[in-house]
Parts: sequence; C-alpha cells; structure tokens
Amino acid sequence: MADTARLRPVLADLAVGDVVGTRTVELDRSRLVRYAGASGDFNPIHWDESFATAVGLPGVIAHGMLTMGSVVGVVSDWAGDPGAVVAYQTRFTKPVPVPVAGSATVEVSATIGAVDADAGTVRVDLTVTHEDVKVLGRAQATVRL
Amino acid sequence: MANADFAGREYPATAPYSVGREKIREFASAVGADDPAHHDLVVARGLGYPDLVAPPTFAVVVAQRAEAQYVQDPDAGVDFSRVVHADEKFVHHRAIVAGDELVTVLHVDSVTQRAGIAMVTTRCEIAALTDGGSEPVASVSSSLVIRGEGS
Repeated sequence: MADTARLRPVLADLAVGDVVGTRTVELDRSRLVRYAGASGDFNPIHWDESFATAVGLPGVIAHGMLTMGSVVGVVSDWAGDPGAVVAYQTRFTKPVPVPVAGSATVEVSATIGAVDADAGTVRVDLTVTHEDVKVLGRAQATVRL
Repeated sequence: MANADFAGREYPATAPYSVGREKIREFASAVGADDPAHHDLVVARGLGYPDLVAPPTFAVVVAQRAEAQYVQDPDAGVDFSRVVHADEKFVHHRAIVAGDELVTVLHVDSVTQRAGIAMVTTRCEIAALTDGGSEPVASVSSSLVIRGEGS
C-alpha cells in the first residue's frame, strides 16, 4: 500500500507563523441533513426554515459542530494521522447561514501557533471565515508529532 | 431559565456506546473526512490502529447522547429553542476506534445567569471498557448559551 509510507511533518522544522494548509469547505442543505443523521443532532434550526426564522435566526444555519468537524481536516491531513489531533477546541462566534439553493463557502487557514518541543506537540491555529467574517474564535488544535 | 441547582451534578455512567465501522465511515463522510484511515481497514492498521480510526470530532456523537440526560430533563430548564452552542473542546487520551465500547460520565460543571442570559457548561468523561475495567479515551466540554424570554 502506498498509503503506509505517509510523510509526517517534523516538529524541529516548524516555526510559529508557518502556514501549514488552507482549504475551502462548501456547506449546502444536503450536507446539513447528512450531518444531522450522522451525528444525531436533529435540532430543526439546521433543516427547518420556518422554525429557524421563528426563533430569530436569519434562516437555516450550519451545525457549529459541522463547521468545526469539517475544517479540522486541513490539520489532520497535514499531520498525516487523524489520531495525532490530541486536542481541539473552538468558540462559535457567528452562525453560518446555508441557503436553500447553492452553498455557503467557508474558508480555512491553518497556522502554527506554538511549538512545544518537550511535549512533542504543536498548536495549530485555525482562521475560519464565511464571507470574510470569522465564524470560529480561538479555534486551536494540538497535534502530536 | 436554567436551574442553578444542577451545577456540580455528576450523572451515573451511561450504557456502553458501541463504535461501529459504518458509523465511523458515515460520520467521516458527513464532515468531508476522506482520509482512508476512516474508511479502509488496511490503511488504519498500517497506521498502527486496531481498526478504523474516528475523525477528531467524532466523540461529539457519544457526548451529545450523554448530555441529553441533562438538557432534556424538564427540571433543568434548558429551552432548546433558545439555545446557541457557544464553545466546544475535545481532549483525546487516545483515538477512538471501531470496536470501542464507550461509557460516559456527564458532569454539569457550571450554570451561570446574568442579564437574562444563562450559560451552562457540561463535561463528558468518556472511557472505553477493557477486560479489567476501563481506560480514559476523551474529555468533551461544551457550553450552551440560553437566551431568556424576551431577549
């Protein structure tokens, strides 16, 4: 298997400020329904327009956990091992409205925020935006290398 | 409004959640995680895992089931139509893999209220059953903001 020889980043080669990856994630209504089923989060604000507007939202919004779960792929793919992501946290600062037709575009940029040589870990800071507005705050993944 | 009496509460361990291969594949596909380690047993084993490895946020599936004990309790006063997810934090002691039997102890760490807004923070300590007992797998903390009536 070609996959068994994965190249993994070397901690000593990394410095704070290094951009390790960028990605664009497209979220559409079918993706929200799919995530609802896969996660078990059936809150109607993620699939029912009339319910969402009745509780004061602009419309159907993406699950915060769908955004969080989708953008971390840029980190785990870079790390070469999804199990290397030993910690991951964020605040949900702005909702991502998802239109009936088309999709909402989420942009992700991942930057080295700290290097801990003793622990053998790096902190990767994620900048996550929708229409140039940050939707996640303090999104940080700790990766063991 | 959220019932402050629930702060500090610890629930008994849940019944085991059985982590299935198809659930890992389904969740991975839903979050766009196309790393073959989530889908292909040979690749996962090549990375040193005993079975398919779960994506980094998979533990939320297990945690939200445990959190339901609290948020769906009418006495807790958590009106889900007024809830906004404020933050989430995962700490993994080891990766979750297919075949794990996971039990969760739910803690309500805090219930605070000010200016018509309540914030509740829960923590799920997730452990895998082993032959002799259990081993810690992940800690999942989640905060919810609940808007008050009229806000």
